[in-house]
Parts: sequence; C-alpha cells; structure tokens
Amino acid sequence: MDASHQHNARRGFLKASLGLTGAMVMAFTLPGCRPGAAGTAPTAFVPNAFIAIGADGLVTLVMPFAEMGQGTYTSVSMLIAEELDVDLAAVRLEAAPADEKRYAHPLFGMQITGGSGTIRGAWEPMRKAGAAARMMLVEAAAREWRVEAGACRAARGEVLHPASGRRLGYGALAAKAAALPVPEPVALKPASAFTLIGSAAKRLDIPSKVNGSARFGIDANPPGMKVAAVAACPVFGGKLASVDDSQARAVKGVRKIVRLPDAVAVVADHMGAARKGLAALAITWDDGPNAGFSTAAWDQQLAQALRGKGVVALEEGNAAVMQAAGARVVEASYAMPMLAHAAMEPMNCTALVSKDGAELWVGTQAPARCQALVAKALGLDPARVKVNNHLLGGGFGRRLEADYAVQAALIARQLPHPVKVIWSREEDIQHDMYRPFYRDELRMVLDGQDKPAGFSHRLAGSSVVARYAPAWMAKGIDPDAVHEAGSPYDLAHKYVEFVPVESPVPTGFWRGVGPTHNTFVTESFIDELAHAAGQDPVAYRRALLASKPRALQVLDLAAQRAGWGRKLAPGSGMGVAIVSAWDSFAASVVACRVDAQGAITLERIITVVDCGRVVHPDGVVAQMEGGQIFGLTAALHGHITVEGGRVVQSNFHDYPLMRINEVPPIDTHLVPSAEAPGGTGELGTALVAPALANAVFAATGKRIRSLPLSPEALKRT
Amino acid sequence: MGYTINVNGQERVVDVDGDTALLWVLRDVLQMTGTKFGCGMALCGACTVHLDGAPIRACSTPVESIGKGRITTIEAIGATPAGQRVQAAWIAHQVPQCGYCQSGQVMSACALLATNASPNDAEIDAAMAGNLCRCGTYPRIRSAIKSAALAGSAKD
Repeated sequence: MDASHQHNARRGFLKASLGLTGAMVMAFTLPGCRPGAAGTAPTAFVPNAFIAIGADGLVTLVMPFAEMGQGTYTSVSMLIAEELDVDLAAVRLEAAPADEKRYAHPLFGMQITGGSGTIRGAWEPMRKAGAAARMMLVEAAAREWRVEAGACRAARGEVLHPASGRRLGYGALAAKAAALPVPEPVALKPASAFTLIGSAAKRLDIPSKVNGSARFGIDANPPGMKVAAVAACPVFGGKLASVDDSQARAVKGVRKIVRLPDAVAVVADHMGAARKGLAALAITWDDGPNAGFSTAAWDQQLAQALRGKGVVALEEGNAAVMQAAGARVVEASYAMPMLAHAAMEPMNCTALVSKDGAELWVGTQAPARCQALVAKALGLDPARVKVNNHLLGGGFGRRLEADYAVQAALIARQLPHPVKVIWSREEDIQHDMYRPFYRDELRMVLDGQDKPAGFSHRLAGSSVVARYAPAWMAKGIDPDAVHEAGSPYDLAHKYVEFVPVESPVPTGFWRGVGPTHNTFVTESFIDELAHAAGQDPVAYRRALLASKPRALQVLDLAAQRAGWGRKLAPGSGMGVAIVSAWDSFAASVVACRVDAQGAITLERIITVVDCGRVVHPDGVVAQMEGGQIFGLTAALHGHITVEGGRVVQSNFHDYPLMRINEVPPIDTHLVPSAEAPGGTGELGTALVAPALANAVFAATGKRIRSLPLSPEALKRT
Repeated sequence: MGYTINVNGQERVVDVDGDTALLWVLRDVLQMTGTKFGCGMALCGACTVHLDGAPIRACSTPVESIGKGRITTIEAIGATPAGQRVQAAWIAHQVPQCGYCQSGQVMSACALLATNASPNDAEIDAAMAGNLCRCGTYPRIRSAIKSAALAGSAKD
C-alpha cells in the first residue's frame, strides 16, 4: 500500500503501477481549479483518491476525508464503488496520511475536512478515480481474452465477457491493469445507471460503533505508551510560574512531571494516576497580560468598534439609498455569544518524539496542518512527522486545529516513550478555539409602498480566516465572517460591512461557520420586518425569493407540511427560517410552546432540504437531524463567558448540551433534484436557531436578539 | 496486592490505588477501550457499564467500591440476547454518527430494556437523559429502542 505514496503523481494524470505488495495501486489526480471558499484559487489543487486492488481481489480505498460522524467514509466510498463496480461491503478503508498536495481538498486547497465541502469536492474526482480503474481492468481482461473492451463489462468486482461467458475477478487482473496506460477521457455513468449513489446503503463504520471496537484517537496504544493529564494556564496567554510536584510524585503510578512554558503534565501508567497526580500539584500561574479580559468588556469593545469603519464586503445597488432622508427605516441590533465545540471525545493526541522524527496518533480534520505545526514546534522537517489519523469522536471545526497535537508533541519530546495526552473535559471547554462573539447592526430601508428595498448589515467580531488561512482572505475580507450576511433575499440595494476586532481569546471555525451566525441574524430580522408590516412571515419571504426558485420551493413545502397558519393553543407558536449556503437550500418550521416561567418546550420540527443530487439519502437525513440538534443546543444553552481572563464554564453542568428529553420529533424531507450535490453537514445548524427564535416570538410576542434564548427574558409576569 | 474484579465473567487482578476510577482500570490497565471518557463527573454517560446489570458511570466508580459485583462492558454486551437486539436495532436505524458516545448509549438502552420490556417515549427519555450525544442521534436512539423492545417481545 505505502508504495503508492512513492509515485510522483503529476497534475492531470492518473498513474497506475504495481505496488511493492503486488497490488494495483492508483493515484488519481485531476487538473483544474475551482475557486476556494474565499473566491480565490488555491495554489495547489491536487485531489487524490487511492485505490489498491490486491491479487486477492481485496479493494482498499484510502479515505482522503476524515470520518467525524458525518458519514464520509460511506458516501465517498459509494462514489468510488459506484464507478469501480464493486460491492460496498467488499471494500476496506484506510485513513489517508498527512499530505497537503496529494490530499488537498478540491475546494479549499488544503487537506481539511469541513466547510460542508466533502461531497461537493469529492463528487467528480472520486467517481473518475473509480471509473478509470474500472476501464483499465476491463481493458486488461479484453486483452487477455483477445476481444474488444466494448464487448466486456464490469460488475461486482469482476469483468465479464457475456458472449463467451468468460469472467475474471479484479484480483486476477490487477497486475495487468496496472501496466496499462491511463484512459483519457474517463467516461462516467449516467445518473440513470446509478445503483449505489442515491441508495439506502448502510454506513460502513456503524457495526464497529455499536460494539466498542471502533478506534478513535483516544484509543491509540503504541508499544511502551504512558498516559498524561495536563493543565494549561487558565488565563489565555499566561505562563507557568512554578510548580511544587512533591505530592504528585508520591502518587502510585506517576512516572514524571513535564513542564512546558504554559502548562504542566503528569505522566503515569494510567489516567487515574495521572489525574490524581495533576490534582496533587501546587501550581502557580503567571496570568500574563490578559488577566483583566472579560466577555462583558469585550461586548462593549465590539459595540464601540461598530461605531467605526470596517471593510465593505458587499455592495449591490446604490448604498446611498440606505441614507436617503425621509425613507422609512427598521433597525435592530443582535449579539451572539462565544461557543465551545464540546466534542464528546475530549481533545487528545498520542505522540512519540525521537531524534529521527515524530509520530502522532490522533483524530484530526487537518492531518497536514497537524504535521506542519508539530514539525515547526519540534524544529523538524514535516516529512519526518508521521500522522496516523483515526475516527474522530466529533469534529465540528475543533479538530481543524492542531494545538492539542503540538502540546502532546512538546510533552513527548521530554520522554523516551510514546505518551497519550488526554485533556480533561474542563481543559477541553476552557482551552477551546471558540466560535467568535459577534455584534450585528441591521437596517432595512422601506420604499414608498413600505416594501423592503435597501438592506445594510454591519457586524463586528474576530476573523477566524485571517488566523487560520490567510490565503483565503479576499481583499482584506474574511469570506467566512460575511458568508450569507447579505441574506438570500431579492433586494435592490445590499450593503455588508465587517469590522474585525481580535480578542485575546482564540477563535475558530464552529459547525455552521459564517452562516450559523449570519442566518440567525438575517432570518430573525426578516421575521421582524414581516411582523412590522403586519404580514405573514412565509408570505413576506416568498415575495422576496422570485429569483431563487429552489429556496422558494423548500419554503413552500416546509410551510405546507407543517400546516403553516393553523391556529395554535395560547402560548404555542410556529416559526420559520430558510438557509441558502454550501450549494444547498433548506427551510424549517419549528413549533414550540413557552410557559409562564419562560421555559421553552419544542414540539415538532419540519425540515425540507434541496441539496441537489443526493449520494446517501439517509446520511443527509441524519445530518439534518444532528445539525439541527447541534444548533438547538446553541440556541437554548450555548454560552461561554470569560472573567479575569478565564473561561467560567467547565463541564456539562454549566455548559449543557441538549439531552434526549428536550428533543422533539424531527421530520426531514428531501426534494428530488438533479442539480450538483450541495453540502448538508452544517445546513441544519444554521437553519434551526432563527426558526426557533421566530417560533418563540409567535408564542410570546417577545423578540429575542441575542442567544441563548433566556427563560428570564421570556418570563410572563 | 491490588483488587480482584469480575469483568465480563473473568476475574481480573489490578494493581492500582483503590480510588482509581473503574473507567481507567478498564481502558488503561485492562486495555478495554470500548468504554469512553467524556466528562469525568458522571454528567455525560459515555463511560456507562453495568454493575450486576444496572447502569453505572465508570468514571465516577472507584475500583475499591466494586467488591464482588459483576461488571459488564460494551465488549461483552453483544453476548446477551438483549445486547444483540439493541445492537441490531442500532444498525437497522443507523443510529451512530461519530459513534463516541454510543457504547454508553447501548449500555444504557440494554439496562432500560432489562427492567422495562416495552418503554414508552417518556420512559425512554427518562432512562436515556443521562447519556449525551453531541452529534444529535437522539431521534434514532428512541426509534431503535422501540425496535429492540418489539424484537424482544416477539421472542417471548
């Protein structure tokens, strides 16, 4: 298998050869650039799939995208297997190694899984990888039988020659196929011939996830490994001043105390001893320059920043209309809190550092970034850092970062054996890269007939892209921060301005990224406008969607399926929201009731999705269910606050996640479509919070402009 | 020296302090990593195992408290008829996403069905509310438990 990595895959060519193990190994690359998320062309666009077919007929697919629950190991395999003509159950999967060139995401130009981009990026290259391999296997069989390739066909891992009844398995053909030239062009099946794509295939990873055998990063166990518990300075940017470890060293099973400039770790035989040792340390921190930071002060700072000038991200029509004297105007201010990711698998990484290099066992959404940043921290050539990726116990953007891997490597550098560093839940919540705090000012100018005409959205917050991927910045604009900030609606004049303000608290991508923030703001505001105009919120939106028939269709279907407009009991309400992002469209209607104490009970959620052609329908439904529950957790509970430079929340008692008893029935309907596939991993998260806030308004008459929805604000007294 | 505990029908001797959480004994000493660490405070249920058939949180159970109790973990629950039904229902309903919490979910569901052969929604919610799932698989967990209950009653 690893022989495949020695091939120098050239852009635009599919290379096939005989691997060292006798397997037919294919490295597939395709030319052409699609714009990255920032609208800029990534410097290196070299998407890869590796297919290895052994003489035994075993088909191994190397997965270029991480499996973090969103089902990519199954859906990407379906794309390849569809064209390769093999049974899904017969393939073996391997996680790709770190390799920024070979495994760069086609849309983003980096080896990352995220941005609701896997199916959008994989749709064509993965099918072409499978199809080219199948064409070569058919050609190899045709030559063997001295017949025309056109007289042969492939099915279920075999090539058949129907006229003579002859057949040969892929394993028997692999060596010969590997010697053939790569076909050009590669012919893809028409959609009418799909047997796997669009089918109710069972996920390949699920059997191992119901019996405890699935291996996550936290389950790594290389020979000689010890484990470590760690405490980093609770104040962002602070340092370790001193530590008295005399009592910790006396704990049975504790092996060593490792000091880093900003953290201290206890290495032990098992985590029970490591955690006990950590608790026994007497640590003195140097809080550093951010000891006075608080989210309350930060809120004021953002409000102040909004009085200044930012970067104009969108200007359509005539911005002067916004300022026209005498125009009727509706204005509102919104605020969104910082949020932690809180993946169920706490951050962890196992590392071994020797004089020759380093090896990591980790679950990451960005293997090459992990490799590069660990190499930099250790002063090594990245080629000498091996990354063994695993299943991820949740990603949500948190595992796009490499901070926990760098920390583990720095601890491992002081040890002669591998060490598994596992963060406590408290470390995980208090040392996240948080969804930024945002403040928004919205303004709609109404025309002579009181119809919305000019929309202005000014927002302030920190820029994740400027830190994470400066190459994605487009003319100083963070494309993620303003993603969907202009709303999906047909308005003659639109204006979006972003005022970036950096906080000492690190911020990062969080499920739903820009649209989760912007859709809440714009979909709440359009609801305000509908009510201000005395109009039905669905009808009001419909009138502004003439140019977006797909958005209109999901809105109409959701309203119809939810029985929009029917009379509800007092204290109950229905709210609607739409989202248009990642080449997909969705609408949700949330029904809820609010009691006198302001407690919200969710009754039902109806969701309609048009994400173009669907590769794995049940997977999309699962993503819509889970994405909405993720968004509901934020809407109902999500709130990270900082006081004295430290995060106040620490575990699930004060950073609660939705529990099963809070979750209503969720009915998801997929609209059949032949459009290009869109992303769905984050649609629901972006969609559901405004639908709920609008339902709360319908139930109570109270407009909540900041999250989470506080029962205090909804109390009837 | 150490403690003798019964895990999945086998006597295991572990040389650790008595206040060591069962979770770390299972994961780090006995190398049974199917049971997961999520919070360390019995708030999330990822570490759920059975003690004499009842669900407990291994992260908050000191090894010295187990005595002669019999521990069952996710690695062995499939050997029981209820465990098989729950696992089959989990696959049929395609419950797991990232899967990290699912060992605990399966163990809690098995414990529920052992005491209540056909739970309704409210009973399912009450029994499963201690198990967090960040991916949001809750609607499918409800459906799968009902399927497993039906499959169980069909056998009776």
